[in-house]
Amino acid sequence: MADLRELYQEVILDHHKRPRNCRRPEDANKHADGFNPLCGDKVSVFARVEDGVISDIAFQGTGCAISTASASMMTESLKGKSEAEAARVFERFHDLVTGKTPPEADASGLGKLAVFAGVRDYPVRVKCATLAWHTLRAALKDAGKTVSTE
Amino acid sequence: MKTAQQLSHGQAFSAAEVERIRSDFPALHQKVYGKPLVYLDNAATTQKPQSVVDALTGFYTRDCANIHRGVHLLSERATRAFEAARGRIKRFINAADEQEIIFVSGATEGINLVAQTFARMRLGPGDEILISAMEHHSNIVPWQIICQEKGARLRVIPMNGRGELLLDEYGQLLGSRTRLVAVTQVSNALGTINPVARMIEEAHRRQIPVLLDGAQAVPHMRVDVRALDCEFYVFSGHKMFGPTGVGVLYGKAGLLESMPPYQGGGDMISSVTFEKTVYNRLPHKFEAGTPDIAGVIALGAAIDYLENTGMDRIAAYECGLLGYAAGAMATLPGVRLIGTAPEKAGVISFVVDGVHPHDVGTILDQEGIAIRTGHHCAQPVMDFYGLPATARASLAFYNTRAEVDALVAGIRKVSEVFS
Repeated sequence: MADLRELYQEVILDHHKRPRNCRRPEDANKHADGFNPLCGDKVSVFARVEDGVISDIAFQGTGCAISTASASMMTESLKGKSEAEAARVFERFHDLVTGKTPPEADASGLGKLAVFAGVRDYPVRVKCATLAWHTLRAALKDAGKTVSTE
Repeated sequence: MKTAQQLSHGQAFSAAEVERIRSDFPALHQKVYGKPLVYLDNAATTQKPQSVVDALTGFYTRDCANIHRGVHLLSERATRAFEAARGRIKRFINAADEQEIIFVSGATEGINLVAQTFARMRLGPGDEILISAMEHHSNIVPWQIICQEKGARLRVIPMNGRGELLLDEYGQLLGSRTRLVAVTQVSNALGTINPVARMIEEAHRRQIPVLLDGAQAVPHMRVDVRALDCEFYVFSGHKMFGPTGVGVLYGKAGLLESMPPYQGGGDMISSVTFEKTVYNRLPHKFEAGTPDIAGVIALGAAIDYLENTGMDRIAAYECGLLGYAAGAMATLPGVRLIGTAPEKAGVISFVVDGVHPHDVGTILDQEGIAIRTGHHCAQPVMDFYGLPATARASLAFYNTRAEVDALVAGIRKVSEVFS
Protein backbone atom coordinates (compact mmCIF):
# COMPACT_ATOMS: atom_id res chain seq x y z
CA MET A 1 0.00 0.00 0.00
CA ALA A 2 2.90 2.35 0.75
CA ASP A 3 4.17 1.88 -2.79
CA LEU A 4 0.78 2.60 -4.31
CA ARG A 5 0.52 5.82 -2.35
CA GLU A 6 3.75 6.91 -4.01
CA LEU A 7 1.92 6.70 -7.33
CA TYR A 8 -1.57 7.67 -6.26
CA GLN A 9 -0.65 10.73 -4.17
CA GLU A 10 -3.50 12.69 -2.57
CA VAL A 11 -2.87 15.62 -4.91
CA ILE A 12 -3.18 13.32 -7.93
CA LEU A 13 -6.40 11.73 -6.65
CA ASP A 14 -7.79 15.19 -5.94
CA HIS A 15 -7.07 16.42 -9.47
CA HIS A 16 -8.55 13.19 -10.84
CA LYS A 17 -11.79 13.72 -8.94
CA ARG A 18 -11.99 17.46 -9.52
CA PRO A 19 -9.96 18.24 -12.64
CA ARG A 20 -9.10 21.94 -13.03
CA ASN A 21 -9.51 23.82 -16.31
CA CYS A 22 -11.61 20.99 -17.73
CA ARG A 23 -13.42 23.04 -20.37
CA ARG A 24 -13.24 24.20 -23.95
CA PRO A 25 -12.31 27.90 -24.08
CA GLU A 26 -14.18 29.88 -26.72
CA ASP A 27 -11.17 31.97 -27.66
CA ALA A 28 -8.55 29.22 -27.87
CA ASN A 29 -6.25 29.61 -30.87
CA LYS A 30 -4.31 26.36 -30.38
CA HIS A 31 -5.77 22.87 -30.20
CA ALA A 32 -4.72 19.24 -30.57
CA ASP A 33 -6.12 15.81 -29.69
CA GLY A 34 -4.17 13.03 -28.02
CA PHE A 35 -4.91 9.31 -27.87
CA ASN A 36 -3.38 6.44 -25.95
CA PRO A 37 -4.52 3.26 -27.72
CA LEU A 38 -3.17 1.11 -24.87
CA CYS A 39 -5.81 2.24 -22.39
CA GLY A 40 -8.21 4.23 -24.58
CA ASP A 41 -7.31 7.57 -22.97
CA LYS A 42 -8.38 10.55 -25.05
CA VAL A 43 -7.51 14.15 -24.35
CA SER A 44 -8.09 17.43 -26.18
CA VAL A 45 -5.87 20.34 -25.18
CA PHE A 46 -6.84 23.95 -25.90
CA ALA A 47 -4.68 27.03 -25.43
CA ARG A 48 -4.79 30.71 -26.13
CA VAL A 49 -1.34 32.04 -26.95
CA GLU A 50 -0.77 35.78 -27.18
CA ASP A 51 2.66 37.23 -27.93
CA GLY A 52 4.29 33.91 -27.11
CA VAL A 53 2.56 33.66 -23.74
CA ILE A 54 -0.02 31.01 -22.81
CA SER A 55 -2.78 33.25 -21.49
CA ASP A 56 -5.30 30.41 -21.16
CA ILE A 57 -5.01 26.63 -21.24
CA ALA A 58 -7.63 23.92 -20.71
CA PHE A 59 -8.40 20.30 -21.57
CA GLN A 60 -11.22 17.82 -22.02
CA GLY A 61 -11.17 14.07 -22.24
CA THR A 62 -11.49 10.69 -20.60
CA GLY A 63 -8.61 8.96 -18.94
CA CYS A 64 -7.13 7.22 -15.95
CA ALA A 65 -6.28 9.04 -12.74
CA ILE A 66 -2.68 9.61 -13.79
CA SER A 67 -3.51 11.07 -17.19
CA THR A 68 -6.42 13.20 -15.94
CA ALA A 69 -4.43 14.59 -13.00
CA SER A 70 -1.43 15.23 -15.23
CA ALA A 71 -3.58 17.18 -17.71
CA SER A 72 -5.23 19.12 -14.91
CA MET A 73 -1.98 20.02 -13.17
CA MET A 74 -0.32 20.84 -16.48
CA THR A 75 -2.94 23.49 -17.18
CA GLU A 76 -2.48 24.97 -13.70
CA SER A 77 1.30 25.10 -13.94
CA LEU A 78 1.59 26.48 -17.48
CA LYS A 79 -0.99 29.24 -17.42
CA GLY A 80 0.82 32.56 -17.82
CA LYS A 81 4.08 30.91 -18.94
CA SER A 82 5.80 31.63 -22.24
CA GLU A 83 5.89 28.87 -24.86
CA ALA A 84 9.64 28.52 -24.28
CA GLU A 85 9.11 28.12 -20.52
CA ALA A 86 6.37 25.55 -21.17
CA ALA A 87 8.74 23.54 -23.35
CA ARG A 88 11.36 23.56 -20.56
CA VAL A 89 8.80 22.44 -17.94
CA PHE A 90 7.73 19.58 -20.23
CA GLU A 91 11.34 18.50 -20.61
CA ARG A 92 11.89 18.50 -16.84
CA PHE A 93 8.56 16.75 -16.26
CA HIS A 94 9.44 14.11 -18.83
CA ASP A 95 12.83 13.53 -17.19
CA LEU A 96 11.09 13.19 -13.82
CA VAL A 97 8.51 10.57 -14.84
CA THR A 98 10.98 8.56 -16.92
CA GLY A 99 13.45 8.48 -14.02
CA LYS A 100 16.18 10.49 -15.74
CA THR A 101 16.14 13.02 -12.91
CA PRO A 102 17.72 11.83 -9.64
CA PRO A 103 15.04 11.71 -6.90
CA GLU A 104 16.71 14.38 -4.74
CA ALA A 105 16.54 16.90 -7.61
CA ASP A 106 12.85 16.30 -8.26
CA ALA A 107 11.41 19.35 -6.62
CA SER A 108 13.65 21.79 -8.48
CA GLY A 109 11.52 24.00 -10.64
CA LEU A 110 8.60 21.62 -11.03
CA GLY A 111 6.67 22.69 -7.97
CA LYS A 112 3.50 20.65 -7.45
CA LEU A 113 4.27 18.54 -10.52
CA ALA A 114 6.91 16.74 -8.44
CA VAL A 115 4.09 14.48 -7.12
CA PHE A 116 4.40 12.57 -10.39
CA ALA A 117 7.85 11.26 -9.38
CA GLY A 118 6.22 7.95 -8.41
CA VAL A 119 5.37 7.24 -12.06
CA ARG A 120 9.02 6.35 -12.72
CA ASP A 121 8.47 3.02 -10.92
CA TYR A 122 5.61 2.17 -13.32
CA PRO A 123 7.06 2.28 -16.84
CA VAL A 124 3.77 1.37 -18.51
CA ARG A 125 2.16 4.42 -16.93
CA VAL A 126 4.66 6.98 -18.29
CA LYS A 127 2.47 7.37 -21.39
CA CYS A 128 -0.51 8.18 -19.17
CA ALA A 129 1.44 10.91 -17.39
CA THR A 130 2.78 12.48 -20.57
CA LEU A 131 -0.21 12.21 -22.94
CA ALA A 132 -1.57 15.71 -22.23
CA TRP A 133 1.93 17.17 -22.48
CA HIS A 134 2.64 15.63 -25.87
CA THR A 135 -0.76 16.85 -26.99
CA LEU A 136 -0.02 20.38 -25.81
CA ARG A 137 3.27 20.34 -27.65
CA ALA A 138 1.43 19.37 -30.84
CA ALA A 139 -1.14 22.12 -30.23
CA LEU A 140 1.57 24.75 -29.79
CA LYS A 141 3.27 23.56 -32.96
CA ASP A 142 -0.08 23.80 -34.72
CA ALA A 143 0.48 20.25 -35.84
CA GLY A 144 -3.30 19.85 -35.91
CA LYS A 145 -3.25 16.04 -36.10
CA THR A 146 -4.03 13.53 -33.41
CA VAL A 147 -1.10 12.59 -31.21
CA SER A 148 -0.80 8.90 -30.40
CA THR A 149 1.36 7.40 -27.69
CA GLU A 150 1.98 4.30 -29.80
CA MET B 1 -25.95 -26.01 -29.13
CA LYS B 2 -22.91 -26.97 -27.09
CA THR B 3 -22.25 -24.78 -24.08
CA ALA B 4 -20.04 -25.07 -21.05
CA GLN B 5 -23.08 -25.73 -18.89
CA GLN B 6 -24.43 -28.50 -21.08
CA LEU B 7 -21.04 -30.08 -21.35
CA SER B 8 -20.44 -29.96 -17.64
CA HIS B 9 -21.52 -33.55 -17.18
CA GLY B 10 -17.88 -34.00 -16.25
CA GLN B 11 -17.15 -33.86 -12.55
CA ALA B 12 -15.48 -30.64 -11.38
CA PHE B 13 -11.99 -30.96 -9.84
CA SER B 14 -11.55 -31.26 -6.10
CA ALA B 15 -9.29 -28.75 -4.34
CA ALA B 16 -6.58 -31.43 -4.16
CA GLU B 17 -6.86 -32.10 -7.88
CA VAL B 18 -6.51 -28.40 -8.68
CA GLU B 19 -3.40 -28.27 -6.51
CA ARG B 20 -1.96 -31.20 -8.46
CA ILE B 21 -2.81 -29.42 -11.73
CA ARG B 22 -1.18 -26.23 -10.47
CA SER B 23 1.99 -28.14 -9.66
CA ASP B 24 2.30 -28.89 -13.40
CA PHE B 25 2.55 -25.17 -14.25
CA PRO B 26 5.93 -23.79 -13.12
CA ALA B 27 5.16 -20.11 -13.86
CA LEU B 28 2.25 -20.10 -11.40
CA HIS B 29 4.61 -20.57 -8.46
CA GLN B 30 6.26 -17.21 -8.26
CA LYS B 31 5.90 -14.03 -6.31
CA VAL B 32 5.39 -10.61 -7.84
CA TYR B 33 6.06 -7.59 -5.61
CA GLY B 34 6.48 -10.10 -2.77
CA LYS B 35 2.98 -11.51 -3.23
CA PRO B 36 1.96 -14.85 -4.72
CA LEU B 37 1.10 -14.49 -8.39
CA VAL B 38 -2.64 -14.66 -9.12
CA TYR B 39 -2.75 -15.12 -12.88
CA LEU B 40 -6.14 -14.07 -14.26
CA ASP B 41 -5.19 -13.02 -17.79
CA ASN B 42 -5.85 -16.35 -19.48
CA ALA B 43 -7.89 -14.89 -22.33
CA ALA B 44 -4.72 -13.03 -23.38
CA THR B 45 -2.47 -16.04 -23.03
CA THR B 46 -2.29 -19.07 -20.77
CA GLN B 47 0.60 -20.43 -18.75
CA LYS B 48 2.27 -23.63 -19.94
CA PRO B 49 2.49 -27.00 -18.22
CA GLN B 50 5.97 -28.47 -17.75
CA SER B 51 5.19 -31.08 -20.41
CA VAL B 52 4.83 -28.34 -23.04
CA VAL B 53 8.08 -26.69 -21.95
CA ASP B 54 9.75 -30.13 -22.05
CA ALA B 55 8.45 -30.76 -25.57
CA LEU B 56 10.03 -27.50 -26.76
CA THR B 57 13.29 -28.22 -24.99
CA GLY B 58 13.24 -31.83 -26.16
CA PHE B 59 12.96 -30.82 -29.78
CA TYR B 60 15.81 -28.36 -29.59
CA THR B 61 18.06 -30.61 -27.51
CA ARG B 62 17.50 -33.94 -29.33
CA ASP B 63 15.39 -33.86 -32.49
CA CYS B 64 16.19 -30.52 -34.11
CA ALA B 65 16.03 -31.01 -37.86
CA ASN B 66 13.90 -29.81 -40.73
CA ILE B 67 10.85 -31.85 -41.68
CA HIS B 68 9.50 -33.55 -44.81
CA ARG B 69 12.86 -33.44 -46.58
CA GLY B 70 15.79 -35.00 -44.79
CA VAL B 71 16.71 -38.65 -45.17
CA HIS B 72 18.62 -38.64 -41.90
CA LEU B 73 17.34 -39.94 -38.59
CA LEU B 74 16.86 -36.60 -36.86
CA SER B 75 14.73 -35.33 -39.73
CA GLU B 76 12.67 -38.50 -39.63
CA ARG B 77 12.13 -38.10 -35.89
CA ALA B 78 11.17 -34.42 -36.29
CA THR B 79 8.77 -35.20 -39.15
CA ARG B 80 7.17 -38.03 -37.20
CA ALA B 81 6.65 -35.84 -34.11
CA PHE B 82 5.33 -32.94 -36.23
CA GLU B 83 2.81 -35.09 -38.11
CA ALA B 84 1.83 -36.91 -34.91
CA ALA B 85 0.81 -33.52 -33.50
CA ARG B 86 -1.41 -32.99 -36.54
CA GLY B 87 -3.06 -36.30 -35.79
CA ARG B 88 -3.66 -35.31 -32.17
CA ILE B 89 -5.29 -32.05 -33.24
CA LYS B 90 -7.47 -33.87 -35.74
CA ARG B 91 -8.75 -36.14 -32.96
CA PHE B 92 -9.06 -33.27 -30.46
CA ILE B 93 -11.48 -31.29 -32.62
CA ASN B 94 -12.88 -34.41 -34.33
CA ALA B 95 -11.95 -33.44 -37.87
CA ALA B 96 -12.58 -36.05 -40.57
CA ASP B 97 -9.03 -36.12 -41.86
CA GLU B 98 -5.54 -34.95 -40.94
CA GLN B 99 -5.26 -33.08 -44.24
CA GLU B 100 -7.92 -30.69 -42.93
CA ILE B 101 -5.55 -29.44 -40.21
CA ILE B 102 -3.43 -26.55 -41.49
CA PHE B 103 -0.73 -25.16 -39.22
CA VAL B 104 -0.60 -21.36 -39.10
CA SER B 105 0.95 -18.85 -36.70
CA GLY B 106 -2.28 -18.34 -34.81
CA ALA B 107 -6.01 -17.71 -35.17
CA THR B 108 -5.21 -14.35 -36.78
CA GLU B 109 -3.25 -15.93 -39.60
CA GLY B 110 -5.93 -18.59 -40.02
CA ILE B 111 -8.56 -15.90 -40.63
CA ASN B 112 -6.26 -13.95 -42.95
CA LEU B 113 -5.61 -17.12 -44.93
CA VAL B 114 -9.32 -17.72 -45.47
CA ALA B 115 -9.87 -14.04 -46.31
CA GLN B 116 -7.05 -13.95 -48.85
CA THR B 117 -7.86 -17.26 -50.56
CA PHE B 118 -11.44 -18.39 -50.06
CA ALA B 119 -13.03 -14.93 -49.79
CA ARG B 120 -10.80 -13.46 -52.50
CA MET B 121 -12.02 -16.19 -54.86
CA ARG B 122 -15.71 -15.77 -54.06
CA LEU B 123 -16.25 -12.07 -53.40
CA GLY B 124 -17.48 -9.64 -56.01
CA PRO B 125 -18.83 -6.10 -55.87
CA GLY B 126 -21.97 -5.92 -53.72
CA ASP B 127 -21.33 -9.28 -52.05
CA GLU B 128 -21.39 -9.43 -48.27
CA ILE B 129 -19.47 -10.94 -45.40
CA LEU B 130 -21.33 -11.19 -42.13
CA ILE B 131 -19.53 -10.84 -38.79
CA SER B 132 -20.84 -10.00 -35.31
CA ALA B 133 -20.76 -6.99 -33.01
CA MET B 134 -18.48 -8.80 -30.56
CA GLU B 135 -15.59 -9.82 -32.80
CA HIS B 136 -11.93 -9.46 -31.93
CA HIS B 137 -10.11 -7.10 -34.32
CA SER B 138 -8.57 -10.20 -35.92
CA ASN B 139 -12.03 -11.25 -37.12
CA ILE B 140 -12.88 -7.75 -38.39
CA VAL B 141 -9.85 -6.28 -40.13
CA PRO B 142 -8.96 -9.17 -42.50
CA TRP B 143 -12.54 -9.01 -43.84
CA GLN B 144 -12.43 -5.22 -44.15
CA ILE B 145 -9.26 -5.49 -46.21
CA ILE B 146 -10.67 -8.01 -48.69
CA CYS B 147 -14.11 -6.33 -48.82
CA GLN B 148 -12.49 -3.02 -49.66
CA GLU B 149 -10.45 -4.63 -52.39
CA LYS B 150 -13.43 -6.40 -53.92
CA GLY B 151 -16.06 -3.70 -53.43
CA ALA B 152 -17.90 -6.01 -51.03
CA ARG B 153 -19.73 -5.05 -47.83
CA LEU B 154 -18.99 -6.06 -44.27
CA ARG B 155 -22.21 -6.45 -42.30
CA VAL B 156 -22.58 -6.86 -38.55
CA ILE B 157 -24.94 -9.00 -36.46
CA PRO B 158 -26.04 -6.73 -33.58
CA MET B 159 -26.14 -7.69 -29.89
CA ASN B 160 -28.13 -6.70 -26.82
CA GLY B 161 -26.96 -5.11 -23.56
CA ARG B 162 -26.19 -8.47 -21.97
CA GLY B 163 -23.83 -9.25 -24.82
CA GLU B 164 -26.01 -11.77 -26.70
CA LEU B 165 -26.29 -11.77 -30.48
CA LEU B 166 -29.74 -10.89 -31.83
CA LEU B 167 -30.63 -14.03 -33.73
CA ASP B 168 -33.72 -12.65 -35.45
CA GLU B 169 -31.59 -9.90 -36.93
CA TYR B 170 -29.02 -12.51 -37.86
CA GLY B 171 -31.64 -14.42 -39.84
CA GLN B 172 -32.59 -11.26 -41.68
CA LEU B 173 -28.99 -10.37 -42.46
CA LEU B 174 -28.38 -13.72 -44.17
CA GLY B 175 -29.14 -12.91 -47.76
CA SER B 176 -28.50 -13.82 -51.35
CA ARG B 177 -25.31 -11.71 -51.34
CA THR B 178 -23.87 -13.25 -48.15
CA ARG B 179 -20.76 -15.18 -49.11
CA LEU B 180 -19.50 -16.09 -45.63
CA VAL B 181 -20.44 -15.81 -41.97
CA ALA B 182 -17.44 -15.30 -39.64
CA VAL B 183 -18.27 -15.30 -35.94
CA THR B 184 -16.56 -15.99 -32.67
CA GLN B 185 -17.67 -19.01 -30.68
CA VAL B 186 -16.74 -17.32 -27.37
CA SER B 187 -16.25 -13.56 -27.00
CA ASN B 188 -12.85 -12.56 -25.62
CA ALA B 189 -14.18 -9.26 -24.25
CA LEU B 190 -17.53 -10.43 -22.82
CA GLY B 191 -17.26 -14.19 -22.34
CA THR B 192 -20.51 -14.82 -24.25
CA ILE B 193 -20.82 -18.32 -25.67
CA ASN B 194 -22.62 -17.83 -28.97
CA PRO B 195 -25.21 -20.38 -30.17
CA VAL B 196 -22.98 -21.25 -33.11
CA ALA B 197 -24.54 -24.63 -33.93
CA ARG B 198 -27.89 -22.97 -34.49
CA MET B 199 -26.29 -20.11 -36.42
CA ILE B 200 -24.46 -22.56 -38.69
CA GLU B 201 -27.68 -24.48 -39.37
CA GLU B 202 -29.40 -21.28 -40.35
CA ALA B 203 -26.55 -20.21 -42.65
CA HIS B 204 -26.46 -23.66 -44.25
CA ARG B 205 -30.15 -23.48 -45.06
CA ARG B 206 -29.05 -20.75 -47.46
CA GLN B 207 -25.87 -22.58 -48.53
CA ILE B 208 -23.71 -19.96 -46.79
CA PRO B 209 -20.40 -21.23 -45.37
CA VAL B 210 -19.35 -20.37 -41.80
CA LEU B 211 -15.97 -19.67 -40.20
CA LEU B 212 -15.75 -19.91 -36.42
CA ASP B 213 -13.11 -18.11 -34.37
CA GLY B 214 -12.47 -20.68 -31.66
CA ALA B 215 -9.50 -18.99 -29.96
CA GLN B 216 -11.45 -18.52 -26.70
CA ALA B 217 -13.51 -21.70 -27.00
CA VAL B 218 -10.99 -24.50 -27.53
CA PRO B 219 -9.23 -24.07 -24.15
CA HIS B 220 -12.50 -24.25 -22.22
CA MET B 221 -14.93 -26.68 -23.82
CA ARG B 222 -15.02 -29.74 -26.04
CA VAL B 223 -15.18 -28.71 -29.69
CA ASP B 224 -16.39 -31.07 -32.39
CA VAL B 225 -16.05 -29.48 -35.82
CA ARG B 226 -18.01 -32.26 -37.50
CA ALA B 227 -20.93 -31.93 -35.09
CA LEU B 228 -20.85 -28.15 -35.57
CA ASP B 229 -20.50 -28.69 -39.33
CA CYS B 230 -18.63 -25.37 -39.75
CA GLU B 231 -16.62 -24.90 -42.94
CA PHE B 232 -13.64 -23.31 -41.17
CA TYR B 233 -12.46 -23.21 -37.55
CA VAL B 234 -9.42 -21.31 -36.26
CA PHE B 235 -7.61 -21.28 -32.91
CA SER B 236 -4.29 -20.31 -31.33
CA GLY B 237 -1.90 -22.60 -29.47
CA HIS B 238 -0.87 -20.12 -26.80
CA LYS B 239 -4.40 -19.63 -25.49
CA MET B 240 -4.71 -23.38 -24.91
CA PHE B 241 -1.57 -23.91 -22.79
CA GLY B 242 0.66 -24.39 -25.84
CA PRO B 243 3.43 -22.14 -27.15
CA THR B 244 3.04 -18.78 -28.89
CA GLY B 245 3.54 -18.56 -32.65
CA VAL B 246 1.49 -21.59 -33.65
CA GLY B 247 -2.18 -22.08 -34.37
CA VAL B 248 -4.57 -24.12 -36.47
CA LEU B 249 -6.90 -23.57 -39.37
CA TYR B 250 -9.38 -26.38 -39.84
CA GLY B 251 -11.21 -26.44 -43.15
CA LYS B 252 -13.43 -28.95 -44.88
CA ALA B 253 -11.20 -30.81 -47.34
CA GLY B 254 -13.36 -30.06 -50.39
CA LEU B 255 -13.16 -26.33 -49.77
CA LEU B 256 -9.44 -26.36 -49.01
CA GLU B 257 -8.87 -28.25 -52.26
CA SER B 258 -10.75 -25.58 -54.20
CA MET B 259 -8.80 -22.69 -52.67
CA PRO B 260 -5.65 -21.18 -54.20
CA PRO B 261 -2.46 -21.28 -52.11
CA TYR B 262 -1.94 -18.55 -49.50
CA GLN B 263 1.81 -18.18 -49.72
CA GLY B 264 4.30 -19.59 -52.17
CA GLY B 265 7.53 -21.24 -51.16
CA GLY B 266 9.11 -24.49 -50.10
CA ASP B 267 7.07 -27.48 -48.92
CA MET B 268 3.87 -26.24 -50.59
CA ILE B 269 4.93 -27.53 -54.01
CA SER B 270 5.13 -30.88 -55.79
CA SER B 271 7.32 -29.65 -58.61
CA VAL B 272 8.69 -26.34 -59.75
CA THR B 273 10.04 -25.24 -63.10
CA PHE B 274 10.38 -21.68 -64.27
CA GLU B 275 7.37 -22.27 -66.48
CA LYS B 276 5.02 -24.00 -64.08
CA THR B 277 4.58 -25.05 -60.47
CA VAL B 278 2.41 -27.92 -59.31
CA TYR B 279 1.17 -27.36 -55.80
CA ASN B 280 1.51 -29.95 -53.09
CA ARG B 281 -1.49 -31.85 -51.78
CA LEU B 282 -3.29 -30.86 -48.58
CA PRO B 283 -2.38 -29.83 -45.96
CA HIS B 284 1.07 -28.89 -47.29
CA LYS B 285 -0.36 -26.66 -50.02
CA PHE B 286 -1.06 -24.10 -47.29
CA GLU B 287 2.16 -24.58 -45.31
CA ALA B 288 4.87 -22.74 -47.25
CA GLY B 289 8.31 -22.53 -45.69
CA THR B 290 9.68 -24.17 -42.58
CA PRO B 291 6.92 -24.07 -39.97
CA ASP B 292 7.25 -23.64 -36.22
CA ILE B 293 8.22 -27.30 -35.82
CA ALA B 294 8.97 -27.11 -32.11
CA GLY B 295 5.81 -25.11 -31.54
CA VAL B 296 3.61 -27.64 -33.34
CA ILE B 297 5.13 -30.54 -31.40
CA ALA B 298 4.64 -28.64 -28.12
CA LEU B 299 1.04 -27.84 -29.12
CA GLY B 300 0.58 -31.60 -29.42
CA ALA B 301 1.87 -31.91 -25.85
CA ALA B 302 -0.63 -29.24 -24.71
CA ILE B 303 -3.44 -31.24 -26.27
CA ASP B 304 -2.25 -34.39 -24.53
CA TYR B 305 -2.33 -32.44 -21.28
CA LEU B 306 -5.87 -31.18 -21.90
CA GLU B 307 -7.13 -34.63 -22.88
CA ASN B 308 -5.53 -36.28 -19.87
CA THR B 309 -7.08 -33.63 -17.65
CA GLY B 310 -10.44 -34.03 -19.38
CA MET B 311 -12.22 -31.28 -21.33
CA ASP B 312 -15.58 -32.13 -19.74
CA ARG B 313 -14.10 -31.85 -16.27
CA ILE B 314 -12.34 -28.60 -17.22
CA ALA B 315 -15.65 -27.15 -18.48
CA ALA B 316 -17.47 -28.27 -15.32
CA TYR B 317 -14.82 -26.83 -13.01
CA GLU B 318 -14.59 -23.50 -14.84
CA CYS B 319 -18.37 -23.19 -14.89
CA GLY B 320 -18.44 -23.51 -11.09
CA LEU B 321 -15.53 -21.11 -10.68
CA LEU B 322 -17.19 -18.52 -12.93
CA GLY B 323 -20.41 -18.78 -10.91
CA TYR B 324 -18.44 -18.30 -7.71
CA ALA B 325 -16.59 -15.29 -9.16
CA ALA B 326 -19.78 -13.66 -10.49
CA GLY B 327 -21.40 -14.09 -7.07
CA ALA B 328 -18.40 -12.61 -5.28
CA MET B 329 -18.14 -9.68 -7.69
CA ALA B 330 -21.84 -8.93 -7.17
CA THR B 331 -21.12 -8.16 -3.49
CA LEU B 332 -18.75 -5.32 -4.44
CA PRO B 333 -20.30 -1.86 -4.36
CA GLY B 334 -19.69 0.28 -7.44
CA VAL B 335 -18.59 -2.67 -9.58
CA ARG B 336 -20.49 -3.40 -12.79
CA LEU B 337 -20.05 -6.52 -14.91
CA ILE B 338 -19.87 -5.96 -18.68
CA GLY B 339 -21.21 -8.99 -20.50
CA THR B 340 -23.91 -10.82 -18.57
CA ALA B 341 -25.15 -13.37 -21.09
CA PRO B 342 -26.55 -16.49 -19.40
CA GLU B 343 -24.24 -18.64 -21.54
CA LYS B 344 -20.77 -17.50 -20.58
CA ALA B 345 -17.21 -18.79 -20.45
CA GLY B 346 -14.73 -17.72 -17.78
CA VAL B 347 -14.32 -14.07 -18.77
CA ILE B 348 -15.26 -11.37 -16.25
CA SER B 349 -15.16 -7.91 -17.80
CA PHE B 350 -15.94 -5.20 -15.27
CA VAL B 351 -15.73 -1.51 -14.47
CA VAL B 352 -15.36 0.18 -11.08
CA ASP B 353 -17.34 3.41 -10.59
CA GLY B 354 -15.13 6.47 -10.82
CA VAL B 355 -11.94 4.49 -11.42
CA HIS B 356 -10.38 4.01 -14.85
CA PRO B 357 -9.66 0.35 -15.67
CA HIS B 358 -5.99 1.16 -16.12
CA ASP B 359 -5.77 2.33 -12.51
CA VAL B 360 -7.63 -0.84 -11.44
CA GLY B 361 -5.03 -2.90 -13.31
CA THR B 362 -2.05 -1.11 -11.74
CA ILE B 363 -3.39 -1.47 -8.20
CA LEU B 364 -4.27 -5.16 -8.70
CA ASP B 365 -0.81 -5.74 -10.18
CA GLN B 366 0.72 -4.43 -6.97
CA GLU B 367 -1.30 -7.09 -5.16
CA GLY B 368 0.18 -9.77 -7.41
CA ILE B 369 -3.00 -10.08 -9.49
CA ALA B 370 -2.50 -10.09 -13.27
CA ILE B 371 -5.55 -8.97 -15.24
CA ARG B 372 -5.96 -7.23 -18.59
CA THR B 373 -7.21 -3.68 -18.96
CA GLY B 374 -8.06 -1.82 -22.14
CA HIS B 375 -10.25 -2.49 -25.14
CA HIS B 376 -9.20 -6.16 -25.47
CA CYS B 377 -8.74 -5.74 -29.24
CA ALA B 378 -12.50 -5.27 -29.48
CA GLN B 379 -12.98 -1.51 -29.79
CA PRO B 380 -16.47 -1.86 -31.31
CA VAL B 381 -17.56 -3.73 -28.15
CA MET B 382 -16.26 -0.88 -25.99
CA ASP B 383 -18.06 1.66 -28.22
CA PHE B 384 -21.28 -0.35 -27.86
CA TYR B 385 -21.12 -0.01 -24.09
CA GLY B 386 -19.90 3.60 -24.28
CA LEU B 387 -16.74 2.70 -22.37
CA PRO B 388 -13.14 3.58 -23.21
CA ALA B 389 -11.98 0.30 -21.68
CA THR B 390 -12.80 -2.39 -19.14
CA ALA B 391 -10.85 -4.44 -16.65
CA ARG B 392 -10.96 -8.15 -17.47
CA ALA B 393 -10.23 -11.14 -15.29
CA SER B 394 -10.20 -14.38 -17.29
CA LEU B 395 -10.12 -17.86 -15.77
CA ALA B 396 -8.41 -21.13 -16.55
CA PHE B 397 -8.81 -24.52 -14.90
CA TYR B 398 -5.74 -23.92 -12.73
CA ASN B 399 -7.36 -20.94 -11.02
CA THR B 400 -8.87 -21.38 -7.56
CA ARG B 401 -11.60 -19.87 -5.42
CA ALA B 402 -8.85 -18.45 -3.20
CA GLU B 403 -7.56 -16.55 -6.23
CA VAL B 404 -11.04 -15.21 -6.93
CA ASP B 405 -11.14 -14.10 -3.27
CA ALA B 406 -7.79 -12.33 -3.80
CA LEU B 407 -9.25 -10.55 -6.83
CA VAL B 408 -12.25 -9.41 -4.81
CA ALA B 409 -9.99 -8.19 -1.97
CA GLY B 410 -7.85 -6.40 -4.56
CA ILE B 411 -10.86 -4.59 -6.01
CA ARG B 412 -11.81 -3.53 -2.48
CA LYS B 413 -8.32 -2.05 -2.19
CA VAL B 414 -8.89 -0.15 -5.45
CA SER B 415 -12.01 1.42 -3.96
CA GLU B 416 -10.03 2.21 -0.79
CA VAL B 417 -7.26 4.03 -2.70
CA PHE B 418 -9.85 6.01 -4.65
CA SER B 419 -12.27 6.60 -1.76
